[in-house]
Amino acid sequence: MRLAGAILTLVIGAPVLLGAALTLATGFGWQPGLGRVALGWEGFAEALAAPGIFTSLRLTLVTGLGAALLSLAASIPLARWLVTRQSASRWLTPLLAVPHAALAIGLAFLIAPSGWAARLISPWATGWDLPPQIVTLGDPWGLSLILGLMLKEVPFLTLMTLVAAAQRPVAEQMAAGRALGYAPGRVWARIVWPQLYPALRLPVLIVLAFSLSVVDMALILGPSNPPTLAVRILRLYGAPDPAQAVPASALAVILLAVMGASAALWMVGERAVARLGKALIRNGHRGASRRNWSGAGLIGAGGLLAIGSLGALILWSLASFWRFPDSMPADLTLKRWASADWTGPALTSLTLALISTALALILAMLWLESEDRSGKRLPLGALIVLPLLLPQIGFLQGLTTGFLWLGLPPGPVAVTWAELLFVFPYVMIALAGPWRALDPVHLASAASLGAGPTRRLLRIKLPMLLGPICAAAAIGVAVSVAQYLAVLLPGAGRVQALATEAVALASGADRRLAAILALMQAALPWVGFALALAVPAWWHRNRRGLRGGVA
Amino acid sequence: MRNLLAAPVLAASLALPLASPAFADWAQTKAEAKGQTVYFNAWGGDPRTNAFIDWVSDQMQEKYGVTVEQVKLSDTAEAVSRVQAEKAAGKNDGGAVDLIWINGPNFLAMKEAGLLHGPFVSDLPNAKYLDLSEGSAATTDFTVPTEGYESPWRLAKFAFAYDAERVSDPPKDMAGLLDWAKAHPGRFTHPNPSNFMGASFLKQALVELAPDPAALSQPVTDEAYAKETAPLWAWYDALRPLMWREGKAFPENESAQAQLLADGEVDFAMFFDPAAPAAMIEQGVLPPSVRVWVPEGGTIGNISYVAIPYNAAHQAGAELVANFLLDPATQAHMQDIRVLGSFSVLDPGKLDADAKQAFADLPTAPALPTLDDLGPTLPEPHPSWMTKLTEDWAQRYTK
Repeated sequence: MRLAGAILTLVIGAPVLLGAALTLATGFGWQPGLGRVALGWEGFAEALAAPGIFTSLRLTLVTGLGAALLSLAASIPLARWLVTRQSASRWLTPLLAVPHAALAIGLAFLIAPSGWAARLISPWATGWDLPPQIVTLGDPWGLSLILGLMLKEVPFLTLMTLVAAAQRPVAEQMAAGRALGYAPGRVWARIVWPQLYPALRLPVLIVLAFSLSVVDMALILGPSNPPTLAVRILRLYGAPDPAQAVPASALAVILLAVMGASAALWMVGERAVARLGKALIRNGHRGASRRNWSGAGLIGAGGLLAIGSLGALILWSLASFWRFPDSMPADLTLKRWASADWTGPALTSLTLALISTALALILAMLWLESEDRSGKRLPLGALIVLPLLLPQIGFLQGLTTGFLWLGLPPGPVAVTWAELLFVFPYVMIALAGPWRALDPVHLASAASLGAGPTRRLLRIKLPMLLGPICAAAAIGVAVSVAQYLAVLLPGAGRVQALATEAVALASGADRRLAAILALMQAALPWVGFALALAVPAWWHRNRRGLRGGVA
Repeated sequence: MRNLLAAPVLAASLALPLASPAFADWAQTKAEAKGQTVYFNAWGGDPRTNAFIDWVSDQMQEKYGVTVEQVKLSDTAEAVSRVQAEKAAGKNDGGAVDLIWINGPNFLAMKEAGLLHGPFVSDLPNAKYLDLSEGSAATTDFTVPTEGYESPWRLAKFAFAYDAERVSDPPKDMAGLLDWAKAHPGRFTHPNPSNFMGASFLKQALVELAPDPAALSQPVTDEAYAKETAPLWAWYDALRPLMWREGKAFPENESAQAQLLADGEVDFAMFFDPAAPAAMIEQGVLPPSVRVWVPEGGTIGNISYVAIPYNAAHQAGAELVANFLLDPATQAHMQDIRVLGSFSVLDPGKLDADAKQAFADLPTAPALPTLDDLGPTLPEPHPSWMTKLTEDWAQRYTK
């Protein structure tokens, strides 16, 4: 029990705190390697004097808060529409599994003024023989970035809502509300959903933190002159002058403060909305009993964008040359697939994903099993959420320096460890529920037959939990393959995974190459989820009660 | 690791003929390098260059048992800051970066901070094909003397590309570009000046528009800067509102701009490699109707170098790669338009008959300019100008 706690604290908690502490210290000018140990505010002054810094700050706030708020707002009608349609909600998983960078690249290919969407309607409908001079991709307001973030976050929040709804008598409450004459949309929004919200608070804060600090999507979809704070920080860390690490770290500290303030603002907003909601419930208006189309409409719009993005990726990967305004490439060929070097980065991503996921599973089982054996919960909840609630750019560069000090040079090991910080929390969250819900009767029977704890673990728990374990592993793989900064910074360019290569090529000349890497990045998690369905089904092919796999 | 303090002495010996001990050292370097993996940190945005480095890796493996692993950078500064971070962490040997494709301000920053291994160029047997006389192009990087701390490998020269199907009247010079933009608003752009290519565009304009171009070879002063850049900013202020997205957004780099040209969003791209458009046509990235034009007075140009960090883990292997890059056969392969199309850095006068023939046998292409088409090569301004120019640009236009 103590040992398990110590291992988890050391492997997951310590690196995050070390990285954040080093970032904080560097922000105040502490660079002992360069002989600078005097602390001061100069880094902050320098960071805030940079041209356009307040535009960056505004952009970060608008895109971060905007994406979180709009995603949550869209998830409400979507979840209501899906709560009674189990089969449709299965389509959330493949969208959830698409890494941010891959989706962003596809979306960029779709919505650019010369993108596939414009090509499909030109010139016959628009008269455009040349791309229109309109601003879509990289717009100065960050709308493209918000759209990209929403495509990832709406499915996540919707799924979280459905998980929470499964534990409540939703159908009964809906029926009761409707019997009282309320429109179904109102019952959902004013009665059911507010009860689910407490379970959504943490996912929402994770979404908020992610949106405020995202780098890969912001590089591809966001404005560049000036960019968001997170992209600015990355650029400063990459500057040739090492003294720039000071304003970079200072900005990272500012980003952390922005995040704290946004979270606080969110909580205040929650109360205001709760008050307003109560007043609305009390007024007794039933609302018109119109049919609710918004859920289906949102699914349609989101699905169209996702399928369009994927389609643009597939077409570009097969294009020989594709001139505007042709709606399809002149001819399709596998030449680029044959000549491009995508196998190297794909193997790297696969290896990193398998190792970090295996380690995360071992750690999660260590946690859960030691809880079972001691009968007490480990008080380590912060370990799970810390890496997800801090901005990645706020501690990963510090962590890279910290690793170097501890004798761990940039490379695959450092990257695996950094990825583990993000893979473990999701694996743990995915596994903890089913593990704790396992019917103790089976274990009691085994114990009464003389099976010790180890035998019970190996012969009862693990086989019975094979489905959830495979599902958790698939989530781990998806999280790992999506990591960008966790490869870029601790890898120091030595580790070339699909995420880093795809993002680098997104601003390159050969769109076909970027498309191939993005497709591979999307394919790995899909294969993972397919296996997570197939393996338990095959393993338990003669155990009807255990079939199922991914919930 | 060699003593950095010996640098000036060794630099002085650069011009001396190679003495035999150097060759004895070279045999030892070869022996030491065998089995090493050289991490070649090179900008990775150009697939042709990446493919060329793959070829170098195969050749090095075959000839010397050395593996070359390209670390694809999105900006060379990443490798520089990596070495700086290592120095900051006290990691003075076994560093992660073995060889860097480097130029100008990055070279100056590393050289001044004592982050480079060398001087080593005179130790390379193939250095005999270079013109290493003082002040020659192969010993000057953006007006900064290289002093043997970096080894040349490819020639770079500014050139524009345009789609001849859409543009029938390419301008004659930078002043003419403004007139062209007035006639075709929204069809011109340049990469963000925080990127090397965007900064090069500003430098090309500066060299053409400055009242006294000779002042640009001196380190910048506030007074000279104000005087020499005044016409540039007047010109740019007139041009900017006529650019793509009204000059409020810019492509990240030359590759992103080439993609915009291919998509028809803009009518020009720009490269620091006159052969790039021809090669990109070959690859199906640019349409076959793309051609090259250069301003009439000539364009700025420089030589690209490779340098070895002071703490590189595989210095012997890195020197072997630098030497291989200077091999006449390698340079001819590199100049082949089907490979890279980069013009050679070797001194033609120092090549033997076979090597000369290898260059003469190279194929041509419609979009590939001849050396005559390209006009004179103008000297780069001192790097301090570029730094100040890009900072000033950000102050003026990043709001």
